[in-house]
Amino acid sequence: MSELAELKNRAAVIGVGNTAYGNFPDVDEYGLAAQAFRSAVADCGIDKNQIDGLVVCRIPYYGRMGEVLGLDPRWTLTLPPHGRMSGIGIIEAATALATGHAKYVALLYANIGRSRRVNYGGDESPGVWDPFGFTSPGGAHAMAFQRHMQMFGTTTRQLAEVSVAIRHNAGLNPDAVMRKPITIEDHENARFITAPLRLLDYCLINDGAVCLILTTPERAKDFKKPPVLISGFGGQESFTRSSIPNFDMDFWYPAVKAAGDQAYAMAGVSPKDVDALMAYDNFSPTVLFSLEGLGFCKQGESGGFVEGGALKVGGRLPVNTDGGHLSNSYMQGWALNVEAVRQLRGECGARQVPDCEVVQYVQATPCTRSIIYTRG
Amino acid sequence: MSETYNKPLPKIDPVNRGFWENAKAGRLSVQTCKSCGDKHYPASPVCPKCLSSDQEWGVVSGNGTLESWVDFHRAYWDGFKENLPYRVCLVRLAEGPIMVSNLVGNSDNAKMGAAVRVVFDKVTENVTLPKFEMA
Repeated sequence: MSELAELKNRAAVIGVGNTAYGNFPDVDEYGLAAQAFRSAVADCGIDKNQIDGLVVCRIPYYGRMGEVLGLDPRWTLTLPPHGRMSGIGIIEAATALATGHAKYVALLYANIGRSRRVNYGGDESPGVWDPFGFTSPGGAHAMAFQRHMQMFGTTTRQLAEVSVAIRHNAGLNPDAVMRKPITIEDHENARFITAPLRLLDYCLINDGAVCLILTTPERAKDFKKPPVLISGFGGQESFTRSSIPNFDMDFWYPAVKAAGDQAYAMAGVSPKDVDALMAYDNFSPTVLFSLEGLGFCKQGESGGFVEGGALKVGGRLPVNTDGGHLSNSYMQGWALNVEAVRQLRGECGARQVPDCEVVQYVQATPCTRSIIYTRG
Repeated sequence: MSETYNKPLPKIDPVNRGFWENAKAGRLSVQTCKSCGDKHYPASPVCPKCLSSDQEWGVVSGNGTLESWVDFHRAYWDGFKENLPYRVCLVRLAEGPIMVSNLVGNSDNAKMGAAVRVVFDKVTENVTLPKFEMA
């Protein structure tokens, strides 16, 4: 195998599961991940001892995770506790399945940041610019959005459309953490954290865990629910200015375009075929950057694109139908991939996108990835 | 100064020491590769362009343009509480490298591409921070 495109439809998601999302001080990562794993096993009906591949993210020790779940896999991958790892993990698992490293891969992610009061800035994440008080992913995204405002005339009222639409979608999801509708005025009146970004531009921080179980399309037929195919993926890193974390001078536009182009070419689809987009929304500007990089609009035109509730379920491009990181749960991309699967299965109730056949995931981050899922 | 200064200080090491020695003397510098001439910041143990270890700290003009900025309304360190909100800037130096710092003085007319120039803030006996003001 020599061409990336040959990996089209070589892996399928057969099971998904998640915990409740909230504040759980009495349980650790292993306990949360085990709950999500049990839920995903029940979702597909697999004998858990068939699982011979394990991916863990934000879980301290892979070995202990295997011990807790009673698994001795043939293939294991550990990912650091960074938000940008979900796309990497799923693509690596798909590749491992296609190349025979494993037959059934379970991917596990857990986060206890709410109950343990993680700040995502300051001495928790030391950096070279600390003496100037420049810290936190939010600060970096604020600096990027200020630049976008300056270059393209994007406004904070347009940015508000992202948070308002995604909160609307969360209201349709009974499991979302924040469901109370908000308006553009609510956004504009929220307190600044790192101006131009306000509280409602920031994602949640909550505890929880997510699990996905993947196998090959041939084996996928043996399980309870119709498989969801991984039809395309692509990636592009942006490492050469990593001392300014979570920031890119070009809004990750070249990276998102490269990753998107790879994914579209592999899957044989284009943005107009995408029924719903799951866009990593650690901060609201990332959604704008994702729309531009993927070609849903031209660079600089995302502010106009999102106006009028375009990203709501029922809008012209439903985005983060579960409520995303901004309003559903801060599962660092993992829950967005689960939502993609549920949309393609038609399991989403009030937030279901009608006739949903193609769902795209994208993370506009220093490790940009995009994945295109289709109905099996 | 050093008795009361309670903001984070740079972690000075053999690779970045030249930058901070220059700053203490009122000079802004960037790491400059003696093999290929590439100028970059922050400090790197080898030149990211040609991988040479033969590098020096080349003094620059201290002039630059504003690429972006952000106003922090939250203090991630207690030492910044008294300064809220404070302005962080992203500056492209006339010599090429980009640098994060603070924009001090009146910057109500901040806009992308505006000219800025370095000023030096001696915060402790041993540390001087290069900051920027509107030119």
